[in-house]
Amino acid sequence: MTKKQIKTTVNGVHHEILVESTWTLLETLRDQLQLTGTKEGCSNGNCGACTVMIDGKSSCSCLVLAPEIDEREITTVEGLSDHGHLSPVQDAFVENSGLQCGFCTPGFMIAATALLNENPDPSEHEIRLKLAGNLCRCTGYDKIVRSVQDAADRMKKG
Amino acid sequence: MPNFDYEAPKTLTEALELMARPGEVRALSGGTDIIDQLKNNRRNADLVVDMKRVSDLTKIESDESGLRIGSAVSCSEVHKFTIENDRYSALSESTELIGSVHIQNRASVGGNVCNAAPSADTIPALLIHEAIAYTASAEGTREIPLIDFFAGPGQTVLEKGEVLKEIGLPTPSKNTASAYLRFIPRNEMDIAVAGVGSLIEIESSTQIVKKARIALASVAPTPVRAYTAEEYLEGKKISIETINEAANLAVQSAVPITDVRGSAEYRKELVKVLTRRTLNICVERLAE
Repeated sequence: MTKKQIKTTVNGVHHEILVESTWTLLETLRDQLQLTGTKEGCSNGNCGACTVMIDGKSSCSCLVLAPEIDEREITTVEGLSDHGHLSPVQDAFVENSGLQCGFCTPGFMIAATALLNENPDPSEHEIRLKLAGNLCRCTGYDKIVRSVQDAADRMKKG
Repeated sequence: MPNFDYEAPKTLTEALELMARPGEVRALSGGTDIIDQLKNNRRNADLVVDMKRVSDLTKIESDESGLRIGSAVSCSEVHKFTIENDRYSALSESTELIGSVHIQNRASVGGNVCNAAPSADTIPALLIHEAIAYTASAEGTREIPLIDFFAGPGQTVLEKGEVLKEIGLPTPSKNTASAYLRFIPRNEMDIAVAGVGSLIEIESSTQIVKKARIALASVAPTPVRAYTAEEYLEGKKISIETINEAANLAVQSAVPITDVRGSAEYRKELVKVLTRRTLNICVERLAE
């Protein structure tokens, strides 16, 4: 296997690391950078548990090779809060009980953050459509949708 | 994951040199198909060549001659580019329903074409525009009508060392509308049981169909055109009856299999229904 030297910014922190050609971004985040907030679910792009932002765009980190993120900016769930202060999306998930077991929650919160960054005022239909790539097997979808609606309100208020 | 090397060339020349190397060399743009296939040994590679840093392949442009989509441009970018341009409604629709938004942000239209799944959602939308595949290899370039690009499920006519560079769509004439619909058992995140793209050009004073293009997904070993239905519609006045007859005729071009997603019979019925619906949407769009 060949190793590649890459430069990447993860949650605002610059890293220069050696990665294997065959590692996924998910493996690099969890096993190399110890950022275990990002979860591995299906490993084939269906479940969204591993969703991160790459240059602000939500992506399944299980379907990205680690060397692909050279010179890219990554945001994981650990990067949503600011010095211990939860983001509006995180606050809204807590307040609205937008989780049960919590395994899908990091992926949902990243997907919701990416959605609200692009569209600050989504309809319920748009929320359900744009979050269709994230599965919650506890099936608490209504509370998740309500959390995203509440997050949108919180962000509008500032 | 099986072992392979990875390179991310910055120029097309460099990329083509890498693609010509001995062994199994695979182009990667979005990676949403190929990485899953490599993980599961459904395709193999000694070298993976990431095309996303080759500027020639990441451009999307349109002018009076048509639309040109670099093979590494993501579905999200194609959607964003075409959503405000009603000339390419079917393409705009198909790029918004592949997988999830997380997949659309990575997956490229060029990759959807090269992966050559019979169910690929963007392909009917490209075929109804009579898209051209522009390829490149160290030996030179080729222009292949997209309808001739597919050799079977997951197979294209690309040769060793050859990559898809760009997909070109000529500018549709005025009074042209298009639509793409697929059927899946849920609302999102599924593979088409059947998909239909339709495009019609209508002479506005007479309501005569000047041009009809209908393409089908998931009902043959490759994406196909419904030539019999197209030929029937051209020269006819558009009406409920002619649309229904075209929908019936489109079924003749479908040679589906029975599998876990649906029976052959069911897929034929879907072709009829989706052809009728897409043609009706085209008529509504032309009336707007």
